[in-house]
Amino acid sequence: MAFSNYFCSETWRESEVHRRFKELLLPKTPQELENLAQQARQLTWQNFGKTMRLFAPLYLSNECVNACEYCGFSRDNESIVRVTLSPEQVETEARYLVNEGFRSLLLVAGEHPKFVSQSYLRECLDRLHVFVPSLSLEIGPMETADYLSLVKAGAEGLVVYQETYDREIYAELHTAGPKKDFDWRLNCAERAYEAGFKRLGIGALFGLADWRVEALALAAHVDYLLKHCWKSFLTVSLPRLRPAAGEFAPLTRLDDRDLPQLICALRLTFPQIGLVLSTREPQRLRDGLIPLGITHMSAGSHTEPGGYTGAGQEKAHHTVRGKAMPVIASEGEHKPATEQFAIADARSPKEVAQRLQEMGYDPVWKDWDQRLN
Amino acid sequence: MNPSLVIAGKRLDSRLLVGTGKFGSLSLMKETLEASGTRLVTVALRRADLNGKREVNILDYLDASRYLIMPNTSGARTAEEAVRLARLAVTMGLEKWVKLEIHPDPRYLLPDPVETLKAAEMLVKENFTVLPYINADPVLAKRLQEVGCATVMPLGSPIGSNRGLETRAQLAIIIEQATVPVVIDAGLGAPSHAAEAMEMGADAVLINTALAVASDPVRMAHAFRKAVEAGREAYEIGLPSRHTRAIATSPLTGFLE
Repeated sequence: MAFSNYFCSETWRESEVHRRFKELLLPKTPQELENLAQQARQLTWQNFGKTMRLFAPLYLSNECVNACEYCGFSRDNESIVRVTLSPEQVETEARYLVNEGFRSLLLVAGEHPKFVSQSYLRECLDRLHVFVPSLSLEIGPMETADYLSLVKAGAEGLVVYQETYDREIYAELHTAGPKKDFDWRLNCAERAYEAGFKRLGIGALFGLADWRVEALALAAHVDYLLKHCWKSFLTVSLPRLRPAAGEFAPLTRLDDRDLPQLICALRLTFPQIGLVLSTREPQRLRDGLIPLGITHMSAGSHTEPGGYTGAGQEKAHHTVRGKAMPVIASEGEHKPATEQFAIADARSPKEVAQRLQEMGYDPVWKDWDQRLN
Repeated sequence: MNPSLVIAGKRLDSRLLVGTGKFGSLSLMKETLEASGTRLVTVALRRADLNGKREVNILDYLDASRYLIMPNTSGARTAEEAVRLARLAVTMGLEKWVKLEIHPDPRYLLPDPVETLKAAEMLVKENFTVLPYINADPVLAKRLQEVGCATVMPLGSPIGSNRGLETRAQLAIIIEQATVPVVIDAGLGAPSHAAEAMEMGADAVLINTALAVASDPVRMAHAFRKAVEAGREAYEIGLPSRHTRAIATSPLTGFLE
């Protein structure tokens, strides 16, 4: 049974995992939260040691055929500056990141069959996998056969966030494009597993549905994938909405006090999964969340194509109803591509690594080499 | 008195083997190894650069004159991946010793018996000294000995679980039938677990998580060192047999004498 069917059946609400997780999400006193945090830290140390895996996102393209109300790359945002890096430019960005210390990169792109095609992605992977040990993808959902060719080209991980597990809210926010299909996205992780991805990343975008309801569905998804996709390492991300083009106002809130509780609840329920923390969160909060169960962090991130080296600026344009329109800029000046969302922790990778060491954590840049597969 | 541990002809004057993962820093790892008195340490290769370099090289923190440095294949999910990792170790200038671990399940890191046997055969043919990490399966242990492994390393409980000798009954059979040293690996969370393994007749134990995540890894290493020595000494002396009932000091059949 695919996850979408299991999810629809509602039987997951009867599981022991659901019952325990739900209890952990109930409002806690400060002392109760502290107790959860202590246990979460111990479990994380036991399973992952005092280590933190570091990675960087590399944006390939901000073209997108989907209309998603909250996303800076939404096709309705006609005023944003769009760029698709050539494979050569992707390599330039990747070499910059390797020079910064990264050995694990997440290639991110909007969903666009023309600009972000199969052959384009394969070409990028071909160029990168000879010098980057671990490559993951965060791209529009695909069929298993298409994933298979990307795995063969050297992709190790696949990340797809459901955004929201609430069908109705999902329908309201995704008004056009292939992303409208809730179930197609929901079963994406399983298709990726069938194709042989070694790492699967899922998550929900917090700020759309009630955080507790969202988290319960996310936990059901984790529980399902751990049973059905047992050979892949599973990571979970808990991104909160950040300011972006389109000025979408969050519909709900996951407060700074609730985020740690959610991290602890996930850690206590699923001791061996990876928990990812991005630069969406500010420095002070990130440092505080590290010991509670985080295993993977990005650092020094840019969320626009060419953000690290300025690559691709000469191709900057607007996309209006599918057509490229020139960007009006002063003569001889190039406008950089627009970011997907604003980051909150602007520290350099070296500064983040140094802070980790001060906190007694060994920063791990490389954890596996795809070339050994 | 106290004969040393010999693996594949190599004499080691400590029965405590130590893993180098999960430490908060390499300098803390180094101090911990010193306090443990170990002579054999295992190192994960998956974090090494394939050209044999690493920004901060763990090997710089390991004194090769003091320790036998044994690469491990953690992260490998198939026999082929494990064999490639072992060959990589040779190109990095390490000895042809390998702790063979293959775990397709990234959650409990339980070893795959089919792939492990396959990889062991391949590596032995390539003249590696192979120390396979296995579940506590006596038949698999025998099969691995038959293909030429230098030890068997059955688990006490899953890696990092600190649950001790949950597989005790199976371990006893493995030890009884062994023609090579038996190293109890994984799950030993307290010095008493290590002592218990040694009292049972295990030739050595391998510890990692219990040291790396202790609040004071150096002192914990020292505690494990003493426990391993105590357990071994007790085994050599021979523990008195256990009884379920009290044995009267004035026997009931004394009148017959």
